[in-house]
Amino acid sequence: MRSLFKFHGGIHPASNKAQSNHKPITQAALPSRLVIPLHQHVGNSAKPIVEAGQRVLKGQIIGAPEGHVSSAVHAPTSGVIAAIDMQQVAHPSGIPDLCITLIPDGDDEWIARESCDDWQAVAHTDLRHRLRDAGVVGLGGAAFPSDMKLYSHKHQIKTLVLNGAECEPYITCDDLLMRERAAEILQGAEIMRALLYAEEVLIGIEDNKPEAIAAMRSAILDGKHQNMEAVAVPTIYPGGGAKQLIRVLTGIEVAAGMRSTNLGVQCFNVGTAYSTWRAIRHGEALISRIVTVTGNVGQPQNFEALLGTPVNELVAQAGPLPDTRGYIMGGPMMGIRLPSAEVGVIKATNCLIAMSDSLFPPALPALPCIRCTRCVDVCPAELQPQELFWFAQSKNLLKAQEYHLFDCIECGACSYVCPSNIPLVEYYRFAKSEIWAQETSKKAADAARERHEYRELRIEREKQEKADKLAAKEKAALEAKALKSAAPLPPAVEGANVSLYDAPVDADPENTMQLKIQAAIDHAKQQAAVSKPENTEHLTPQQQAEIATIEARRARIRELALSSADEHTKE
Amino acid sequence: MPGFFSPFITKPDSVSQIMLKVLLALIPGIALYVWYFGPAILVSITLASLTALATEALMLRLRNRPIAPFLKDNSALLTGWLIALSIPPLAPWWLVVIGTAFAISVSKHLYGGLGNNPFNPAMIGYAVLIISFPVQMTQWLSPHGLGAIQLGFIDQLNYIFLGVFPEGIKLDALTMATPLDTLKTQLHLDGQISEILEMPIYGRLAGHGSEMVAAGFLFGGLYLLASRIISWHIPVVYLGTLFAVAGLFHLLDPAHYVEPLFHWFSGAAMIGAFFILTDPITSPTTHKGKLIFAAGAGLITYLIRAFGGFPDGMAFATLLMNICVPLIDAYTQPKVFGKKEQKP
Ligand code: SF4
Ligand code: SF4
Repeated sequence: MRSLFKFHGGIHPASNKAQSNHKPITQAALPSRLVIPLHQHVGNSAKPIVEAGQRVLKGQIIGAPEGHVSSAVHAPTSGVIAAIDMQQVAHPSGIPDLCITLIPDGDDEWIARESCDDWQAVAHTDLRHRLRDAGVVGLGGAAFPSDMKLYSHKHQIKTLVLNGAECEPYITCDDLLMRERAAEILQGAEIMRALLYAEEVLIGIEDNKPEAIAAMRSAILDGKHQNMEAVAVPTIYPGGGAKQLIRVLTGIEVAAGMRSTNLGVQCFNVGTAYSTWRAIRHGEALISRIVTVTGNVGQPQNFEALLGTPVNELVAQAGPLPDTRGYIMGGPMMGIRLPSAEVGVIKATNCLIAMSDSLFPPALPALPCIRCTRCVDVCPAELQPQELFWFAQSKNLLKAQEYHLFDCIECGACSYVCPSNIPLVEYYRFAKSEIWAQETSKKAADAARERHEYRELRIEREKQEKADKLAAKEKAALEAKALKSAAPLPPAVEGANVSLYDAPVDADPENTMQLKIQAAIDHAKQQAAVSKPENTEHLTPQQQAEIATIEARRARIRELALSSADEHTKE
Repeated sequence: MPGFFSPFITKPDSVSQIMLKVLLALIPGIALYVWYFGPAILVSITLASLTALATEALMLRLRNRPIAPFLKDNSALLTGWLIALSIPPLAPWWLVVIGTAFAISVSKHLYGGLGNNPFNPAMIGYAVLIISFPVQMTQWLSPHGLGAIQLGFIDQLNYIFLGVFPEGIKLDALTMATPLDTLKTQLHLDGQISEILEMPIYGRLAGHGSEMVAAGFLFGGLYLLASRIISWHIPVVYLGTLFAVAGLFHLLDPAHYVEPLFHWFSGAAMIGAFFILTDPITSPTTHKGKLIFAAGAGLITYLIRAFGGFPDGMAFATLLMNICVPLIDAYTQPKVFGKKEQKP
C-alpha cells in the first residue's frame, strides 16, 4: 500500500453520482446546429480560417491557434459554416463572443487523418505541435493548452499525476471514461510521460469509484505499464483539485503562484490523456467530449457530445423535467450558471446539471459571521475565510491580500459550511476582481502618467535645446561681429557653420506647431483613457466580458448587502 | 429560484441550530441544579429568556434591522440562560432582568449586534450585577438538606417576585455563601484546608450539590465536543491550566491551597470552560490563539480565586481575555498551504 498524505480541511457533500454512473456512455444525437466558440481555452482566441457558406469536414481546423498560448478549434462534424459572429457563450456574464455556427450535413465525413503507429519515433516538438493543432486542452475544467504543459527539462519532473479523482458532486464523466476507455487513457499517459521525461505515473481516483479503479488497475496490468499506479484516494472535496491531489499522492504542496513542475510534478486530467492518445495515435482532433447530464432530468447519464452541441439539444436527450430552472455547467461547488440553454458545449463542459428549486433551494438570507471557524476548518488552502470575508466586505483590499486572498482556489467549501449562509466565495471573487480592476486602471494610469512625463521631458529638452541653439547662434553672431570688426575673414566657412546651426532654428515655428498638435492629441488621448474607462468600444470580447463580470460582481455585492440581514454590508 | 453563483449547495446547518445545541447541552447541568437546589432556577431562566428576547427585538427595532431572522438565531436565549445560571436563583426578579437587558442591549447591540460584540455579553451582565448589587449576588440558596429551612416552590415565587417570605423566615436561613466564598473566608480566618473541607457545605470534590451541577455542565460540554460545536482547544487548555496552577500551589502548601479538582468543580469553571470561553464571537479563531486565550483565562481565574477580591474569577478572566482577542488573532495567523516548511 502506498502511503498517502492529507491536505487540510475538505468537506463531504452528498455525492449524487449514483444517478448518472450506471449507464454506459451514450453517443449523443447529431444536433441541428453547432455553435463553436473560438475561445474555449486559456490563452488567445483561435482565429477563424473559414468563411460563411464554406463546407467543412469533420476534424478540419476552423479556428487556428494564434500566439504562444492558444489552441486550435475544429469542425466537430462535416457540414456548412452558417455564420461567424457573436453568440452567447458558456460564461456567466452572458457577454457574447465570436463563434462559428456549423450546420451539420449528416454525412459526418472525416477529413484525412494522419495516424501514427509509432509515436516514440516522432520528435517531441512534433508531438507537441500535433497536440496544439489537434486542439487538445485540459479537460478537467481549466482548458489550458496541453502542449504548453508537456514541456520539461530532462530529470526535472519525477511524477506525472493523472487526475481521475472527480471530487465534485454529480459529475461522473471521468468515472465512465476510466471504466470504458482505460487502456487508451494509459496510452495517452505514456505519451505524456515521454514528453515530460517523468519517471512514474500516479493516477489518483477517489475511492467512491471502485469500478473505475478496478478498470484502470487491470488496464495497467494488461498494457504492461511500468511504474504506473492507480491509487485510490479518500473521497473528500476538493480532493480532485490539482494541488490537493498532488499533495495527497506525493506530499508536495504547490503554493499559490508556484509551478508544480518546479517541484517535480505535472498533473493532467484523465480525459486529457485520452484525447492526447486519440490525437497522436489516430490523428483525431478534440471535437467531442464526455458530458454528464444530470440533476433535474429523467434519465441522468453521460453523453459523448460534439463540441458546440447546444445545451438544450443535449439535455433534451436526458429528458429534462418541467420544473427545470436553468443549468449549471460543471459541478455544484465550482460550476457556473449558464446564461442561456442555447450556448454550445465547450471543451471545459464536463457536466450539465439541470436545476430545480427542490434540488437547489434558494439561499437563505445571510446572517453576520459568528466567527465559528467552520470555514477555517474546511479550507484546503489553509486560509482564514472569515477574515477574508471581513476584509472583502469592508473593501480593505490590501488586508485581504495580506491574508492571502489570491491563495484562495474558490473551491466553495467555506460557503458550503457557513452556518450564517454567507456567500463567502462571492465576496472573494468580488475582492479579487476589484483588485484586478484597480490594477488594470493603475496600469492605464501609469501608462498615461509615463506618456505625460515623457512629453514634459521632451518639451523640456526641446526648450533647452532651442535655448542652447539660440545662445550658440547669438554667441556665434557676436563672435562673428567681433571677428568681422577685428579681422575680416572670408565668411564662407563661418557662414556655412552658422547655417548648419541655423537650419533647425529657422524651422522652429513649424516644429513647435507640430509639437503642440502632438501634445494636444496626446492630451486628448490621455483624457479619454483616464476619464472614460468604461469606453469599451475598442476592447476585445474577452476584455468586455471581464469588465461585465466585474460590474456584475459589484452589482451582486450591492444586492447581497441589501438582502443580507447583516448590518455591515448595509452601512 | 436557485442561486446564481457557486457553490449552489450548502450544508443544512445554521446559527440557530448551533445555538440550540448549546442550549440543549446546558440541560443536564440545569436538571441537576433543580435536583439539588429546587426549581427556583427555572424561574430565573424563564425570566431571563423573556427579557433576552424582548430586549433583542427592541434593539433590532431601534437599529432598524430585520427582527425575525435574528430572534430565531437563539443567540439571545443563550445569553439569557448563561446570565440566569450565574445569578443566585433566589435573587429578586429585577436582578435577572437588569442583568439580561444590559447584556443584550449594551454589550451586544451597542457594539453592532450578533457577531460584533468583543465581550461575552453574559459575562458583562454578570460583572455589572456583581459590582452594582454585591449583596443580592452572593445570596446563594443552600442545597437541599443543608439549609436551616427549605422553601416550597410557591414560597420561592413569592419571594422572587414580591420579596415576601412566609412568616418567621429570614433570607439568611435559606442561603449561604458559595463553597468558593466560604473557602476564602475560612482561609482568612486562618483555617486549614483539611478542616474547612470537613464543613457540611462540601461534598466529595467541591461544594455539595454544586459539584454535581458542574459535573452536569461537564457532561453537556462533552456533548458539544462530540458534536463538533466546539473544539477541544479552549476547554482542555483552560481546565488544564487551572489544574496545573492550582496543583502547583497545592503541592507547595497543601494547608492553604486547595487541590486542583476542587477548582474544576467549583464556581463557574466547568460552565465557563465549555459554554462561556468557547463563545466563538468573543474568542480567537486560530488554534494557537485559542490555546493562548484559554491558558490566560485559566491563569487569571486561579489568581483571582486564590488572591483576588472576588470569590470566583471566571467572569473577569473571560472579559480580560476577550480584550486580547484581536491581538491574539493577529499574531497567531497560521501559514497557508504550500507556504510552510515543506514536510512531505
Ligand atoms: S463559517 Fe461563516 S459564520 Fe463561521 S466563521 Fe466562517 S464566515 Fe463566519
Ligand atoms: S473558497 Fe477559498 S477560502 Fe473558501 S474554502 Fe475554498 S480556498 Fe478556502
